Amino acid sequence: MSAKKKDKSSAETMVKKEREVSKAKLIPVHIMGKRYDVPEGLTLMKAMEYAGYKFIRGCGCRGGTCGACGTVYRKPGDYRLQVALACQKTIEPDMHITQIPFFPANRAHYEFADLTSAPEEVFKLYPELFRCVACNACTKACPQGIEVMDAVSALKQGNITVAAQIGFECIQCGLCTSRCFGELVQYHMFQLARRIYGARITPRAEHLIEMTKAIDEGRFDNTLEKLRHMSEEELKELYRKREEEPVTAGEDWRPKDKTYL
Amino acid sequence: MRLAYYPGCTLKTKARNLEEPAIASLEALGFELEEIPRWNCCGAVHSLADDDLIHQVAPVRNLIRVKEQGKDAVVTLCSFCFNTLKRANLLMKDDAEKRDTLNSFMDEEIDYSGEVRVLHLLEVLRDEIGWEALAQEVKFPLRNLKLAPYYGCTLLRPREVAIDSVENPTILREFLKALGATPVEFPESTRCCGSYQIVSSPDSISGYAWDILSSALSHGAEALVLTCPLCDYDLGQGQKELVKRHNGFKGMPLFYFTQLLALALGLDPQVCHFELNHGSPESLLRENGLLP
Repeated sequence: MSAKKKDKSSAETMVKKEREVSKAKLIPVHIMGKRYDVPEGLTLMKAMEYAGYKFIRGCGCRGGTCGACGTVYRKPGDYRLQVALACQKTIEPDMHITQIPFFPANRAHYEFADLTSAPEEVFKLYPELFRCVACNACTKACPQGIEVMDAVSALKQGNITVAAQIGFECIQCGLCTSRCFGELVQYHMFQLARRIYGARITPRAEHLIEMTKAIDEGRFDNTLEKLRHMSEEELKELYRKREEEPVTAGEDWRPKDKTYL
Repeated sequence: MRLAYYPGCTLKTKARNLEEPAIASLEALGFELEEIPRWNCCGAVHSLADDDLIHQVAPVRNLIRVKEQGKDAVVTLCSFCFNTLKRANLLMKDDAEKRDTLNSFMDEEIDYSGEVRVLHLLEVLRDEIGWEALAQEVKFPLRNLKLAPYYGCTLLRPREVAIDSVENPTILREFLKALGATPVEFPESTRCCGSYQIVSSPDSISGYAWDILSSALSHGAEALVLTCPLCDYDLGQGQKELVKRHNGFKGMPLFYFTQLLALALGLDPQVCHFELNHGSPESLLRENGLLP
């Protein structure tokens, strides 16, 4: 038997084994219009991989947080297009699935240092904001369940804070934008709103500024120097004897040794 | 009494001088404006194309929010929002076919069929409080102020949404009388300011503005009283140019009706945000002892 043949047959055995082991019932799904029978219980992403697709894009964390695997699907008998992250949603019989891992959306270029907290900053960079007619297709297309249109409304009302807060859990999958017939770019606008909110609207943490200044001025230099010259044993000992903050500690918890506070 | 309130986008940015004195004044009069949750843009302009239903989605969605809130009426301050919402409401009430289309398009919302009444604040003042009762609440009558009521279009046209007589409205005159001011009637008070033409042909707007301002001036008005941020923009932003172009014209202050209300009720002038007005209305008020 040639090496090649051997490879092929061993691969076949593997697949066979996998199917036997899983013993799962096969259900039909339609991936980009073609039918495949795949074991039930798989995620959309696993089902696509089972059917032979190999992801070099459109797949990231596999944990529902990176936004790379935005997918649209339709269930039989339902006129509504539905959305999911392929790594999160489980397949259902006769689903039609297509991934939209990337959407070529307009993205404004700006020098963030030049931006203020004025609502007009968003208006100028994304003037298409005012093409919104409140159709709400964006909200329906959000796999995160964000009230996308409400955040768009907040931007139109000049309320960057509310837009940043509503859009906080946006994972930039771009499905909202893919469905918007006003051709707004909700997810990039929200990112801008979050940046402006974080850098220009939320109050500065004064104590942090003071502390970093103190560090710059050498407050911990001696301590660090001491650590650098300790032996491995001494360091281990120090680590073993460290005082840990209890998980249940309240805000007023303080360590017994206050040397470094 | 609590009133469902639809503010509109401009009132949150450029026209805070229309909104804030209204909220403060109503509170002083025993009313609370309860901003409806999750409102969106009113649509800004009522679409005249009969089959252009997508532009009715925005105003209708706001009316659905009012219904969801369990309220049967919603108050607006901006006359453009008033017009857009009220016309969309009529469509939902009277046109069964379009109502069904819009309701089925908004399949994520509850059905709506025009149950909510759309009111402008001036109607609330006239019908819920009354001019006499309002006059009694006045602490600083706007004595000696000669003010020309300017309605523009959207409070009065088309007839089915008008808050008053289309040809001969008196609601602003009565309002000003209740505040102790001297209303100055002038023939251009219901003429269009030019509206969104400011975008495509600013020159024609400056012609409209001059017609309106000079007419009010020649009838003895010292300032114009407005209900609409777009009128304010069209009549205000080009005044510097008009002053240059017309010998003897020194500019005319523009007030929102809500600013005058707050002033007459004796509220802190800070709520009026006069710094957002075009020109400088403060000097006229100081001359008349209405501002320190």
